[in-house]
Amino acid sequence: MATAEKAKQKSDVTLHYLRPGKKFPSVWCPGCGNGVVMGSLIRAIDNLGLSKDEVVLVSGIGCSSRLPVYLDFNSLHTTHGRALPFATGAKFAQPHMKVIVITGDGDALAIGGNHFIHACRRNIDITAILINNHIYGMTGGQGSPTTPGGTFSTTTPYGNVEKHFDPCSLAAAAGATFVARSTVYHEPQLQKLIGQAISHRGFSLVEAISNCHTYFGRLNRKGDAVAMFDAFKERAVPVGKASKMTEEELEDKIVTGVIHNVEKTEFCDEYQKVVDAHMGEK
Amino acid sequence: MTDADTTGKPGPQSKYDYSKGPAPLEINMTWCKACNICIALCPKQVLEPDRNGKPVQARPENCTQCTLCWIHCPDFAITSNYK
Repeated sequence: MATAEKAKQKSDVTLHYLRPGKKFPSVWCPGCGNGVVMGSLIRAIDNLGLSKDEVVLVSGIGCSSRLPVYLDFNSLHTTHGRALPFATGAKFAQPHMKVIVITGDGDALAIGGNHFIHACRRNIDITAILINNHIYGMTGGQGSPTTPGGTFSTTTPYGNVEKHFDPCSLAAAAGATFVARSTVYHEPQLQKLIGQAISHRGFSLVEAISNCHTYFGRLNRKGDAVAMFDAFKERAVPVGKASKMTEEELEDKIVTGVIHNVEKTEFCDEYQKVVDAHMGEK
Repeated sequence: MTDADTTGKPGPQSKYDYSKGPAPLEINMTWCKACNICIALCPKQVLEPDRNGKPVQARPENCTQCTLCWIHCPDFAITSNYK
């Protein structure tokens, strides 16, 4: 019976972390993957045993950036693309807190691309959860930096001629120390990766591939939310298996799992060393 | 509108044995947006859409508590009574 009681808490644990007085259901379209990522984040934080006061959620502008509005943590809803600079300030002021940035593909890679690579370069202890739905959903389906080549959006009506960004490769090359990718279909894996990323000391990026069936799915004839979920199931390849595959075979695949995990010196620790070394002078 | 349409509970024609305990799932019909993810992902066809497209527990005796429906619910509308 005790296990049943404990397990019962697990399915409704999400409800204990929602902001009181907030009107539900959320603003997102029916079936939007942002809600799945929100559930994963709550369960990951609950599994780590963090209290509500220990966590800071920072977000910019976009569909995905509406996520902290619904959660009962310390939160900052900032300007477009500038979530990572605000988060850097929050982490610097309160180094003991867990700072989590919720950002979208347009928010992090288009207008905030410069901030993104420099947050990676500093290796500051921030967890960035990048919800990648391959399009600008909130503003009406414009092409974003992660819109794949050849696909349609309202600004690429004859097919996108540009190549798309790979946020994981970008972050690993720029100096992030934990980089992982999963999809909203693989929710248990996503939850595990978010937990590992929060525990990791240093800049960690979790790319959650999400569905925008309202714009990306409709313009590219990918069907509704359920059809896009099934497509994630078919396209996902674990990172171990992907290392044995050729580049042509990986063309339309999503490589999931921990892609890059190294240990490097962390920015707040290094800064504290400088402070300690010079406190005695003058 | 029947009871099943508003609460997601098994309908009166269901063969579910309530002496074993409550129905496996609780569905919050006000938060549900009828995205059909839970209905499509359920491997045992426990859920079926009602006339609004929202899930109703049509075959609750088949539920194996695999958790797929509520971990993928974007609106936290489903909770389990057992796991």
